[in-house]
Amino acid sequence: MESPTILELIWSARWPILYGLGTTVLISALAIAGGTVIGVGLGLVLAYGNLAWRFAGRLYTDFVRGTPVFVLVLASYYILTTIGLDLSPFQAGVLALTVFCSSHVGEITRGALQTIPRGQTEAAKAIGLGFGQTFRYVLAPQALRLGLPAWINTAAEMVKASTLLSVIGVAELLLRTQEVISRAFHSLEFYLLAGALYFAINYAIERFGSYVERRVATD
Amino acid sequence: MSAPLLEIRDLHKSFGSVEVLKGVDCTVQAGEVISIIGSSGSGKTTMLRCVNMLEDFEGGSIRIDGEEIGYLTDGGRRRRKPEREIARQRALTGMAFQQFNLFPHMTALENVMLGLTLVKKMPADAARATAEGWLDRVGLLNRKDHRPSKLSGGQLQRVAIARAIAMSPRLMLFDEVTSALDPELVAEVLQVITDLARDGMTMLIVTHEMRFAFDVSNRVIFMNQGRIGEEGDPKTMFANPSTERLAEFLKNSRFS
Repeated sequence: MESPTILELIWSARWPILYGLGTTVLISALAIAGGTVIGVGLGLVLAYGNLAWRFAGRLYTDFVRGTPVFVLVLASYYILTTIGLDLSPFQAGVLALTVFCSSHVGEITRGALQTIPRGQTEAAKAIGLGFGQTFRYVLAPQALRLGLPAWINTAAEMVKASTLLSVIGVAELLLRTQEVISRAFHSLEFYLLAGALYFAINYAIERFGSYVERRVATD
Repeated sequence: MSAPLLEIRDLHKSFGSVEVLKGVDCTVQAGEVISIIGSSGSGKTTMLRCVNMLEDFEGGSIRIDGEEIGYLTDGGRRRRKPEREIARQRALTGMAFQQFNLFPHMTALENVMLGLTLVKKMPADAARATAEGWLDRVGLLNRKDHRPSKLSGGQLQRVAIARAIAMSPRLMLFDEVTSALDPELVAEVLQVITDLARDGMTMLIVTHEMRFAFDVSNRVIFMNQGRIGEEGDPKTMFANPSTERLAEFLKNSRFS
């Protein structure tokens, strides 16, 4: 019997690999989407909240950002169970990444909003815009442009951080790859394949980012 | 004499422990053009910013057409009005800023239209027509689709003035609108303001351009250390300042 070529090996492992890829994309998308929604709210609190709200937001942001994301993943899975919150590995993993992502997006949003000159808010107020209108039509479009490059970075970081979920047993791309390797060997080839797939995801994010950046450019 | 358009009574304002306005009284009739002069830190810009509540103030009152701006007093307690109400009152005045503060992500036309559609609730085509009319008035209709990054300082300020005045405010506030401009761009902006003055627009103009203040104003207010040091018609005041302080100020600003 001939030994299969590497392409045949990859082909025979296509389903677990694709399943893992899909899971990785899903985890990343959920974490980035959830983290962005929460993070923008957090950024608003950090930029405009009263002292108490800002303090609470600052505590959350600094605590989460100062904790290794791996620790957040483990804590989300193992510690939440002890207080009666029974999450599946997938749920716990997504929760940890969402929290992590939100703290970074919060900081990006705050930074972007505070970079916009005060005069922009004053000019909006002077023509009679309320805070909501000022934010939506004047500040948000400018903050989007200022914060976009950092947001792209964070999104790519989230994809990479999703590999940590393999440790709590989430069958994402890395864990699936390792399972395939444990049956078929050829670790170099399969790790290269996994690496290429991660690159493809992040490349797509980067392209999306430059597309949006061009759309919102001001000159 | 008709009821005043703007009435400022005993205005007090502090930044921390520094009192910048120490009791300012000022009455403005409709159609008056008033220049506010004085050295840096005398409180002239702060006074202007109190009129549209860009600065809160601790004491005194400001009324536009008899309506109290920013605060209400009930049972002897003074409270800031709700933000929504303050936003409505801000639209009674228009303001042009030293740094223009145009919105960089919008074209000149969109800058002027924003308040018309959002605050005045005009339909888009009516807002567009109004905005184009005002851009034409300031001589920039052919620049309407340019973003601010493609306009000169003088053009930026003219768009900013169009944006403010398109809202048909009762009163225009000009805060050192030529101070950030290259000298050769000052004239085009002053010309726009002069035209508006001729149309009967009521204006408060904080300026360092003494010649302009002299030419355009019915009345000049000289601010000195948080108070009105002297006021009157420009010819009398500039020729015969009645205070030592104004005489010195005019000498240093090389009014010719």
